[in-house]
Amino acid sequence: MAEITYRQAVNLALREEMRRDPTVILFGEDVGRYGGAFKVTEGLFEEFGPERVLDAPLAEAGIAGTALGAALTGMRPVAEIMYIDFCTIALDQIVNQAAKIRYMSGGQVSVPLVIRTQSGSGRSSAAQHAQSLEAWLCHAPGLLVIMPSDPASARGLLKSAIRENNPVVFIEHKLLYNMKGDVPDDGEPIPLGKARILREGNDCTVVATSTEVAKAMGAADTLADEGIEVEIIDPMTLVPLDIDTIFSSVRKTGHLVIAHEACERAGFGGEIATRVGELAFDYLDAPIARVATPPVPSPFAPILESAILPNAAQIADAVRRICLRGNVNGRIHTYQAGTGRDH
Amino acid sequence: MTTVESRLPLAGHVSTEQAIGMLRTMALIRAFEDTASRLYKEGRLPGFLHLYIGEEAVAAGACANLRPDDYITSTHRGHGHVIAKGADVKRMMAELFAKKTGYCRGKGGSMHIFDFKLGVLGANGIVGGGIPIATGAGLSIKLRKTDQVAICFFGDGASNQGSFHESLNIAAVFRLPVIYLCENNCYALSTPQRCHQAVPRISDRASAYGMPGMTVDGQDVLAVYEAVKEAVERARSGGGPTLIEATTYRISGHHVGDSAPYRSSEELEYWRRRDPIEAFQQRLISAGIISEGDVKAMRKSIEEEMAAAVRYGEESPSPNIDEAYEDVFLGRNMHGVLI
Ligand SMILES: Cc1ncc(C[n+]2csc(CCOP(=O)(O)OP(=O)(O)O)c2C)c(N)n1
Ligand SMILES: [Mg+2]
Repeated sequence: MAEITYRQAVNLALREEMRRDPTVILFGEDVGRYGGAFKVTEGLFEEFGPERVLDAPLAEAGIAGTALGAALTGMRPVAEIMYIDFCTIALDQIVNQAAKIRYMSGGQVSVPLVIRTQSGSGRSSAAQHAQSLEAWLCHAPGLLVIMPSDPASARGLLKSAIRENNPVVFIEHKLLYNMKGDVPDDGEPIPLGKARILREGNDCTVVATSTEVAKAMGAADTLADEGIEVEIIDPMTLVPLDIDTIFSSVRKTGHLVIAHEACERAGFGGEIATRVGELAFDYLDAPIARVATPPVPSPFAPILESAILPNAAQIADAVRRICLRGNVNGRIHTYQAGTGRDH
Repeated sequence: MTTVESRLPLAGHVSTEQAIGMLRTMALIRAFEDTASRLYKEGRLPGFLHLYIGEEAVAAGACANLRPDDYITSTHRGHGHVIAKGADVKRMMAELFAKKTGYCRGKGGSMHIFDFKLGVLGANGIVGGGIPIATGAGLSIKLRKTDQVAICFFGDGASNQGSFHESLNIAAVFRLPVIYLCENNCYALSTPQRCHQAVPRISDRASAYGMPGMTVDGQDVLAVYEAVKEAVERARSGGGPTLIEATTYRISGHHVGDSAPYRSSEELEYWRRRDPIEAFQQRLISAGIISEGDVKAMRKSIEEEMAAAVRYGEESPSPNIDEAYEDVFLGRNMHGVLI
């Protein structure tokens, strides 16, 4: 075990995969000597040279499409789109081209392409540099979508993403880059499509993504003091979603809260909620609750930005709201800690 | 009327008032940038800050040709353009402080200053995002049959975006009154121009769209003024768009906090010696158009203006939390829940 930052973990995964496979190349704005706008690719140009770490012109559609073309013809490119907000410029290539080519061609080709990008608010970056657009990408059939929440998952998942033969969008978070955590020495890839349970509990399941995972862990500590035991699931991969792990947990707890930073409306939480509603309705003891950002753009003023971003207190409130429902509805409730059930 | 031309070689048809106005605009932009940079380094401004230091002659020379009802679109490095179009530095500063009295009520910040009354159709956080918008303003001018024009500011990096190609083609086909003013400051973030495009002169691209193109020394405010003047006259009289490349240099890092390890100190020194404000000031002094005393008085009035702007920015109230939910369409159900 070594303790490294999330940034270093992504860097390490790139380095390890580039050493392992000479067809892995990096293509993006300022990813070369400069090491990327978030310094994620630092040192890779020095190790692998200008033929494998390529500074692209400022042209996101061109970057995604060029990487795709290379992926179709023998390379395994990892393209970097500096902010997920700029993926909108590249969406034709990502959604209409990369996601569809294998299918449209009747399976003639594989598309070993990774688009790395970063999303999220929290730095007063304002409305064009702080979005969380993962649901847009999850909605396009043909793409895999990954959102790592800590260094170990970032490294292990990126390695799998690079080895994957379908196009993957790998979404980092700008506030996580300095997060520290242990990564295993063996450097094994983490299989895609497998959620992890970060904390076990019998009363309420909380599914959280990216930065919300740490907030949910904080909320769980608070709730434990109140006698509510929360089970925390980090899906890690949104497509394909490990719904079975979520389903088993909800069967046990009877309660589900979903936390993500993206706008609540048409967010990925809606997908999880619907799946659980379809598969586990009979096990639910309360309505499902979502904790997410209201449907407004990210404001510049820190005071406004922090007011709309979901936080640990809101996650805890949502858990209380559904677990202690009687209080809210004015119905008599007798909450029995540890059973996860209202009676 | 005394013109600068009559006293200075190569100076064009600029009145002394206009020349002094351009000097003041440049000095005001510089003061704004120096102040913002200091405040930012002191941790008093949130978000990003992209400085325009060294490029002031482009905005000042270009906007000196504009009327209040003309339009501009700007960039992430937009303070200079907006000031040159006549924006109120107090409201700009308040925006940088994320205050309620700022241009965008604290919701936009440095990269997103708009002033629709002044025809400022926005600074922009998306590189190349403003180019189609200026084109659309040009279309509207044409359809409304006015003689307004739009100046579209963007960088060398932005000229690689699809939006650049698509917009210039549209503008040329429809003969729109738009001046595409590319500020070639030698870099797109860390990437030198020669590494991100194979044509050394961005203005060469104009011929590919069927519009006139020219390159001008962006450190020389009068040269910029002259070049833009010709393009504006053409646009106002129905002659269509022009692509102008102004060669310049950003003296600061890409944003405050970027130490710019990708460039040499010799290069930086070379461009520091070509400071557009210093040069123009000397020119006006040696031509006897202004005195050292006038310069001092100008600096003093600008200092006072900046001090007032900072005070205004600092003392203004922050937005109320409720304002996060204003200025956007919101769907609510019968219980008032956002849906
Ligand atoms: C679509 C998009 N891609 C990337 C960025 C990140 N970014 C901001 S400014 C910049 C460089 C812009 O270069 P240029 O157009 O030459 O303008 P300059 O910064 O030199 O004024 C980059 C890469 C962005 N804001 N928008
Ligand atoms: Mg530039």
